[in-house]
Amino acid sequence: MTYYENVFIARQDISQPQAEALGEAFAKVVADLGGKVTKREYWGLRNLAFRIKKNRKGHYLLLNIDAPATAVHEMERQMRINEDVIRHLTVRVEELEEGPSAMMRARDQRDERPGRGDRFGGDRFGGDRDRPRRSRDEEGGGRDFGSDEGERGRT
Amino acid sequence: MNGARKPGGRGGAFFRRRKSCPFTGDKAPKIDYKDVRLLSRYVSERGKIVPSRISAVSAKKQRELANAIKRARFLALIPYAVR
Repeated sequence: MTYYENVFIARQDISQPQAEALGEAFAKVVADLGGKVTKREYWGLRNLAFRIKKNRKGHYLLLNIDAPATAVHEMERQMRINEDVIRHLTVRVEELEEGPSAMMRARDQRDERPGRGDRFGGDRFGGDRDRPRRSRDEEGGGRDFGSDEGERGRT
Repeated sequence: MNGARKPGGRGGAFFRRRKSCPFTGDKAPKIDYKDVRLLSRYVSERGKIVPSRISAVSAKKQRELANAIKRARFLALIPYAVR
């Protein structure tokens, strides 16, 4: 069978247990068609980077699936029909990730520093501005800017 | 920002430091569309993908990275455009 990762976003107005029940329902669809869901992750009610169908937030769920294509097609079909699902993405992967995904790891780190999670908007943009600069400095990429500039000046 | 980075135009005397791809090597991070922290480092303030000539990512990894960024955008994890 084939490995898939599926992430879907549920509407913001439903509760967390409802969202998790949704994940369970889709997992059952896969199981009934001869596949299995090896991991189910709830990422929480996250802010969306832009509005989707009037939603500013959404419940993110990740399913790691080991199933035949037909099962995945059926699950996707039902996701399209279900109005609580505002977006879904299924990708085929070489191997399924064991343990928490990158998203959960990031979340755990953030929990250790209290009082940052709430200021998501400001925090994120601040980080956006700092981060490229920092990474370039680490790689000595700051010089690359200079060299680019120099080349342009010469030609 | 470029103005600040141009210290008096040292002619052509500066040396070009060897770039190395941040995704090549033993301890290189894995490119993953779910890793927003990692991806946001390769996205400009405006939300554009940073060209590899600036970020020094190898061509192969840049394709992989671009794919991951586009997936993350689709899932509204990172914006398509800021402002």
